[in-house]
Amino acid sequence: MIKIENIKKTFGDKEVLKGISGTFEKGKPNLIIGSSGTGKSVLLKCIVGLVKPDEGLVYYGDKEFTHADRDLKTEIRRQIGMLFQGGALFDSKTVEQNVMFPLNVLTKMPEDEKLDRVNFCLQRVGLENQNDKMPSEISGGMQKRVGIARAIVNESSYLFCDEPNSGLDPQTSILIDELILEITEEYNITTVVVTHDMNSVLGIGENIMFLYKGHKLWEGNKDEIMDSGVKEFDDFVFANKVMRKLKKMD
Amino acid sequence: MESLGKYFIFLGSLFVNRETFKTYFKLTIDECVSIGIGSIFLVSLVSFFMGAVTTIQTAYNLINPLIPDYVISLVVRDMTILELAPTIIGVIFAGKVGSSMASGLGTMRISEQIDALEVMGINSASYLVLPKILGTVLMYPMLVILAGLLAMAGGYLAGVLTEVITATEYVYGMRFDFNEYTVTFALIKSFVFAFLVASISSYKGYYTTGGAVEVGQSSTAAVTQSVIAILLADYLLAQLLL
Repeated sequence: MIKIENIKKTFGDKEVLKGISGTFEKGKPNLIIGSSGTGKSVLLKCIVGLVKPDEGLVYYGDKEFTHADRDLKTEIRRQIGMLFQGGALFDSKTVEQNVMFPLNVLTKMPEDEKLDRVNFCLQRVGLENQNDKMPSEISGGMQKRVGIARAIVNESSYLFCDEPNSGLDPQTSILIDELILEITEEYNITTVVVTHDMNSVLGIGENIMFLYKGHKLWEGNKDEIMDSGVKEFDDFVFANKVMRKLKKMD
Repeated sequence: MESLGKYFIFLGSLFVNRETFKTYFKLTIDECVSIGIGSIFLVSLVSFFMGAVTTIQTAYNLINPLIPDYVISLVVRDMTILELAPTIIGVIFAGKVGSSMASGLGTMRISEQIDALEVMGINSASYLVLPKILGTVLMYPMLVILAGLLAMAGGYLAGVLTEVITATEYVYGMRFDFNEYTVTFALIKSFVFAFLVASISSYKGYYTTGGAVEVGQSSTAAVTQSVIAILLADYLLAQLLL
């Protein structure tokens, strides 16, 4: 479980996060949603430590991360897997080398065990026999799947996904969402997904946090989104034609 | 001044939260191959012609019959060892290797590959930059030695083929009144220049923000600032050590 308390972040004179608190539960996908520029990615980066919040605390289990010393931060980070918006695969390494990378650097596992683990993870994301391909030789959806394989290869306890569906067609998006859901449930990990894709919200939105202009305006799950009672959230949800039709039918 | 302070903090960050020796060893060897072997052709070509041109131009300027011909190769030797091999090759090296380092790290930064390393708990600066600096500091002096030898060989060929100096006189001039300290001085310079090129270029690339245009700007800034640093260090070292 991850708990955040009163996270604030300002860039120059722009206050991006204005005191966000919340809990991300284990074993189900936790979504941070909102329009572009509302601070979703900044919040995610504050949680994983890529951006230092001006105020606030982040707890991984019972360990406070924001003010932790270097060793504790490293210890926590080594339990984190992250899927970046663009995949962030190392472009000079093959698919296999990319997935094996965390094992090479962070563990002392024997080579054959590492290879078995890599093959298992690649198989898990549906990319068996793609080991020798370079990232530039595979599609965007496949790159995202390699990113997921790399994020889980080290048996991470926490999985973060920054816009996992950006740049993907709807079908591939659904596959990625399903994969994230399956992995979260199967390994009972804490997963936090930043997205503005309504398909993801409806598909895997077990615990949703809606951000608006740096504030958390709504929290709930996919079954509650039709009757949030929050105008800004309704504007976001029903900006989508399909959602408007659904609302009418409802 | 702020940038200079940030540069020193960056250098300090290379030595904290390091990975294992084995990891760095492998990465450093990879960098040595990429930096060293990858630069041999350009360094050889430039130094060979540099030596040849220096010989011809020195001969062209030494028209006084009282000055013996072997002075030509003596001038070529001292110019090559003291200045042409370490400094001019350093400038070329900054253009080739420095821009490549800055653009490589800059691309890694904007495509979130550096963030991916940080999230894994890896000190990305140390992991990516330290092997580049070590590889450069190990390989550049060897390239300077190669450049010096090839420049002298180029001078020999050009001098003898154009008959501005005989082979015997050229070799005599090369050996005449040779001061070994000039080689030590050239090697000290090459270590310093290698460190400057690798660290400045890595710094510029590592802190790239934005997109493709900014990667290009970082690469250009890396070369420009490395060259300025080489010329300043060249003057300071000459003043201090000669």
